[in-house]
This record gives sequence, C-alpha cells and structure tokens, in this order.
Amino acid sequence: MRALESLLTEKGFVDPATLDALVQYHEEKIGPRNGAQVVAKAWTDPEYKAWLLSNEASAAIASVGFEGRQGEDMVVLENTDQVHNMVVCTLCSCYPWPVLGLPPVWYKSGPYRSRAVSEPRSVLGEFGTELADDVEVRVWDSTAELRYLVLPQRPAGTEDWTQDQLAEIVTRNSMIGTEIVAAP
Amino acid sequence: MNGAHDMGGAHGFGPVIQEDNEPNFHADWEERAFALTLASGGGRWNLDMSRFARENAPPADYLARSYYEMWTYGLEKLIIESGMVTRNELEAARQGERFAPVQSPTFGPDKVAPAMRAGGSARIDTEIAPRFGAGQQVRASVDAPPTHTRCPRYVRGRTGVIDRDHGVFIFPDSHAHGGEKTPQHVYAVRFEASELWGNANQGGAVYVDLWDDYLELA
Repeated sequence: MRALESLLTEKGFVDPATLDALVQYHEEKIGPRNGAQVVAKAWTDPEYKAWLLSNEASAAIASVGFEGRQGEDMVVLENTDQVHNMVVCTLCSCYPWPVLGLPPVWYKSGPYRSRAVSEPRSVLGEFGTELADDVEVRVWDSTAELRYLVLPQRPAGTEDWTQDQLAEIVTRNSMIGTEIVAAP
Repeated sequence: MNGAHDMGGAHGFGPVIQEDNEPNFHADWEERAFALTLASGGGRWNLDMSRFARENAPPADYLARSYYEMWTYGLEKLIIESGMVTRNELEAARQGERFAPVQSPTFGPDKVAPAMRAGGSARIDTEIAPRFGAGQQVRASVDAPPTHTRCPRYVRGRTGVIDRDHGVFIFPDSHAHGGEKTPQHVYAVRFEASELWGNANQGGAVYVDLWDDYLELA
C-alpha cells in the first residue's frame, strides 16, 4: 500500500493531504448517528415522515443536512406490524453512506451477501431478531444506484420522548433492517 | 459477468459474524486504500468500471482477499489500464524506486468535503418512455454476459412484478465498457421468495433494482 501511495503521490496524481481529508471526512462527517436523526424526526413529525416515504426521500434527508456520495438517490422503507424490510447488496457493498457511514465488515461479507436474499429469517435470527410468522419479510437488493434506508418501528413506551432521546436508541442495524429498535 | 462477487443464494459461507464497536478501518493501510481509491480517478474511470475491475478478478482470489485488498487490486488495475502508471513502475515502487512528477494534483484537500457532499448521481434528467409500469409482470433476462452487469444470477429467467419505477439512470453494462450511458428506466422488481428458492424459501419477497434492458414482459 505504501508503494502504491508513494507512486501516485510522487507522480503528482494524488495529494497526500487529500487522502487524510478523505479519511477524516468519512470518520467524522458521516455515520449512523445521521440516520438516527432522520428516523427520530420521522417518528415525531408525521409530515416529515410522509415526505421521507415519498419519492423525494433524498430531499427530505438533505433537509436535515445529510447528502452526497452514495446517498444521491435515496429510498426509505417503512417497517410496520405487517412488513419487515432489510437491505443487502449481493453484488458488492452498496450502502447509504451519508446516513449510515461506511458499511460494517459483516455487511460486505460472503455470509450476509449470499444468505440475506435466500434465508432472511435465518440471518435475522443470527442478529437476535425473531419475527412473527405473519410478518412479511422484504429483502431489498441494492443492485442499482438507489440507496435504501429502513425506517424502523418506534418502540412502545417512548410516546413522551423527545426527538433527541429517540435518536439515541436508533441503532445502525435497525436502519439496515437486521434488528428492531428495542423498547426501553 | 458470472463472477465470485455475485453471491446471492450461494451456500456454504456460514453464519454472519458481527464485531462489537467495529471501527471504520481495521488498519492504517485500509484507510489509505479507501482514500487512494476515491482520490485517484480524476475522471479517468467511472464507478461501473471500478466495480468491474474488482469483480473480474479470478474467483479464488476474490474470495480469499479482504474487502480493501480487493479495492487495492481494482485500483492497481485501473491505474495501469488508464495509463497513469505501468506495471513495471508499480513493481519498481515496491522496490523503493522514486518517481518524478508528471502533473500536479488537481483534487486538493479543500475540495474533499464539497465533492463528497455533492456526490454524483447516476440519475439522468431526460424524458424516456418507460417500457414497464407498476403492477406489470416481467421476466429477468437469462443473458449471462462475460462483461459487467448488475442483473444478479439468482433472478435470471425468474418472473416478478414491477413494484415501482425509480426513473432514468445510467446503464452499468455499457458504462463499464467504454462509458456509454445508454439511459433507461430502473425498476424495483418484486420476486416472491418461492419463485427464487422453491421449497427452500423462507417466505416473503426479494426486491431487485433492474434496468429496462434486463426485462421482458412475462
């Protein structure tokens, strides 16, 4: 890696300071805390939720400050008592960077990419997620440039919570759809 | 292409292993592989070309290498194919040879945040009539090109229903090989789990984003 970096920087193709800035941006500016804010806002603001679930999800997400590379064309999927959505990229590692950050290793790995589409309930079980038999599991394979964010169900017992409190309990995996948000 | 990357429905990979408090990068070299990949292109290749560079690896190599090892592999291929460096220069760099500049970097650190926030949508703002509409039954093509495609093997020849029309996008199959955008509609197509996996299905459905050229009326 050092040789490759030296070669590209010495020839003038790459500025080493740019590499540092790229790492810093992806460590600090993006991550699942962003998505959690989007989810918490949708839980507390019905108008915002309707916008988020419309075909203007990218604009709704940008309105709270999150946009850009690998989140240009967003689709938000709502989990309900009847439907549980989960997201995978069987062909590579497509993932909504602005709202979730860079994907965890398991999301990019063979076990998840191979099995999420064919045995989603077994995979969910490995995340400790057991769904009732009458819940329809929908798996979304990100084969194109649409990027999917799951809107998990708001847990019971949080009716009087503020948006900030709610954002604290929204996990990355609940927005991929491999977990549900646990009741407090 | 029917590469090792096309994993949907494959058996034998074992359980999904999670890591607690996982960092974005597990080593410094992973940070550099990530950043070099984002910084080096300068318009010489596109996202579909870089995906093809990785998935076109020998299957045994693809499966044996880690994620950022595959990114490095793809990047080396792209910088050689695009004429930025030669294989000999890459070898010489590994032996410690130094190189004179051939240009000045154009992507400075001040451009990182604006570029990342701007992104680069593959959506194309043009009026093209969709070939299909929501609710229509379609079959995915059985075509198995040796070149780049985003039609995964596990849906080929299978019948599904158009869930929604996402609009007009760049077509990766042509974009990865020569850069032609061939704009066309992309649809979320719903395939019942029973249609894909038969008796082994666990219920529900799989939604796959597919382009006009991958589909025919069923």
